Amino acid sequence: MLEIKNLSAAIDGKEILKGLSLSLPKGQVHAIMGPNGAGKSTLSYVLAGRAGYTVTGGSVTLNGQDLLAMAPHERAAAGVFLAFQYPVEIPGVTTMNFLKTALNAVRAARGEKALDVMQMLKLLRAKAKAIGMDEDMLKRPVNVGFSGGEKKRCEVLQMAVLEPRLCILDETDSGLDIDALRIVADGVNALRDANRSMLVITHYQRLLDYIKPDRVHVLAGGRIERSGGPELALELEEKGYGQASAGAQA
Amino acid sequence: MQQPPSPAAFTPEPYKYGFVTPIDTETAPKGLSEATVRYISAKKGEPDWLLAQRLKAFALWQTMETPSWGKVAFPPIDYQDAYYYAAPKKKAAPQSLEDVDPELLKTYEKLGIPLKEQAILAGVEGAVAVDAVFDSVSVATTYKKALEEKGILFCSLTEAIHNHPDLVKKYLGSVVPPSDNYYAALNAAVFTEGSFVYIPKGVRCPMELSTYFRINAANTGQFERTLIVADDDSYVSYLEGCTAPKRDENQLHAAVVELVALDRAEIKYATVQNWYPGDENGVGGIYNFVTKRGLCKGASSKISWTQVETGSAITWKYPSCVLQGDYSSGAFYSVAITNHHQQADTGTKMIHIGRGTRSTIISKGISAGHAQNTYRGLVRMARTAHGARNKTQCDSLLIGDQCGAHTFPVIVSRDPTARVEHEATTSRVSEDRLFYCQQRGLSLEEAMALIVNGFCREVMKELPMEFAVEAQKLIGISLEGSVG
Ligand SMILES: Nc1ncnc2c1ncn2[C@@H]1O[C@H](COP(=O)(O)OP(=O)(O)OP(=O)(O)O)[C@@H](O)[C@H]1O
Ligand SMILES: [Mg+2]
Repeated sequence: MLEIKNLSAAIDGKEILKGLSLSLPKGQVHAIMGPNGAGKSTLSYVLAGRAGYTVTGGSVTLNGQDLLAMAPHERAAAGVFLAFQYPVEIPGVTTMNFLKTALNAVRAARGEKALDVMQMLKLLRAKAKAIGMDEDMLKRPVNVGFSGGEKKRCEVLQMAVLEPRLCILDETDSGLDIDALRIVADGVNALRDANRSMLVITHYQRLLDYIKPDRVHVLAGGRIERSGGPELALELEEKGYGQASAGAQA
Repeated sequence: MQQPPSPAAFTPEPYKYGFVTPIDTETAPKGLSEATVRYISAKKGEPDWLLAQRLKAFALWQTMETPSWGKVAFPPIDYQDAYYYAAPKKKAAPQSLEDVDPELLKTYEKLGIPLKEQAILAGVEGAVAVDAVFDSVSVATTYKKALEEKGILFCSLTEAIHNHPDLVKKYLGSVVPPSDNYYAALNAAVFTEGSFVYIPKGVRCPMELSTYFRINAANTGQFERTLIVADDDSYVSYLEGCTAPKRDENQLHAAVVELVALDRAEIKYATVQNWYPGDENGVGGIYNFVTKRGLCKGASSKISWTQVETGSAITWKYPSCVLQGDYSSGAFYSVAITNHHQQADTGTKMIHIGRGTRSTIISKGISAGHAQNTYRGLVRMARTAHGARNKTQCDSLLIGDQCGAHTFPVIVSRDPTARVEHEATTSRVSEDRLFYCQQRGLSLEEAMALIVNGFCREVMKELPMEFAVEAQKLIGISLEGSVG
């Protein structure tokens, strides 16, 4: 499970997270909502170990391991996966080659044998099909010229291939049309299991109709301001953050 | 207070090919004089016409000055403080692979160069015929018999001088005359070995041909010379590889490569250059001063140069095409990587003479550490080059902020119907790309190698398949120590 205690973090000297605590038990899905600029993406980057994000206090453990002491690729090997809010283009590197390199790197770090070309091809084809991605996309350079929705779908494909322990989905629903939303949500649901935890960052209750969260948290003012069951998302949708928070304080 | 840890302090893998083969070597007396030239010619048992050519070139070289226009810096070379001929001692020239000194076979095995012939069955793909040049002599050429059956000549230049003097006399120096430049004149005077290829009319060479150059002896210059002639309607793909031991002093490598493509012939020439680059402080390494030129002599002939340049302390080379035949075409695909204190000044010349000639230039320069990387190109459209076209694309990638990338494209057009397109970009490896790859499980070095390989993709895909994977790994190794 993921245990975040009193986490504070800054970018360029500006404190964004201010003593954030959250525990995400194994097998559960938690949603994080919150106004623009609240620090949701910042939290996801800090968990993944992005350079430039300085942790100024607190601790983060994943299944008892100190995440903050690890390099980004070590965190990935330990099972941290971040579906980016803005997926990055890698010109000249085919999606196929990227996935192959990533999976074999993670397998090597976990002491597993590299997959050979045929095994890899079979696996990637099957996973692409399950997520409704055209096989030809795998031959294109990573995210280059992909539409917004295709990029998000490609993130979920990578997640399915790497089989992480902790999935952080940062607004994976934004930019998806209604059919794609359903396919992506199905892909995510297919990955739900007793050993995998998910942190789903979203602005829209709609996604939570498909991916049923165990808990919903509101990130505001650099910490978790409020937590509740799935009904909290509905309340937020109706009243907005301002009023919902006011309600909470009342 | 915690920071995401910076990637583990990284120890670069030492240059893998830096070992020395313990073998008795016969060398020419130190220094360079007319006597040295005569010594080399005598050692090779050359005919008089060739000795006369060498002496003429030597006289010319003595009147010439070191070129100073390149963006490279090095102390003056003392030509008297080097050896110009070095050969493993042996009783007689090896007649077959079984006769080759086991110490040499071991060396090539260590370098990963196959000097054994696999039984070739009709239609087997992926076999590569190799000419192995060790210091100043060729030690073995594989698949000679199989190639001879098709009329293809593939042997050392020394052998060609003896067995095919007419072809050598006709073409040697016809593309790169001694007067071309300082190092070409030097090479013409003291060249010691190289490969010779002749593909007869209408023959498609059934396998990759390859020469592997190895400098072993200390303080010795290597001056090889390669000549490839593709007769009408023939095709050949050729690969050159090179390594040298790790030494503290710089060693000079001044080679000449000449290609001649006759009517409708096609030559693809690829180089994976991995001479010892010197250490991370810039001590030692090879000075690679090379003249490579292809002549598209025949109509509709084609020549392409593909190079992956990762080694050498200094690289100074401009593989070029003279597009003389109407509708002939030339291409230059280049990846040049410089790290630490390496300097590369490389590019191409495309000389359009025939009508409807075409050329393509794709250059990818990557600099890291304190390295300097320069693209220098010339596209010349002669008055006769009606309707000729050139397309040039020049991309530079910078890693860190201590290195430099420079581009000097020159275009000279005397024909108003000729068209020249030039595009250039300079970029840095962005942090968000690196982080994206790291998040997927790649270490910082692996992420860098993947991104750089992607940047070079248009060039890498021109390499023969058998070597593409090796070249990809080499790019990763060359960048080691550039991040962190
Ligand atoms: N380099 C930086 N220097 C200063 N402030 C920064 C920097 N990068 C991000 N921020 C600020 O950090 C805050 C949190 O940004 P973050 O991207 O985490 O918000 P978010 O909750 O993900 O918002 P959204 O819902 O719009 O995606 C914002 O106010 C943003 O402007
Ligand atoms: Mg965000």
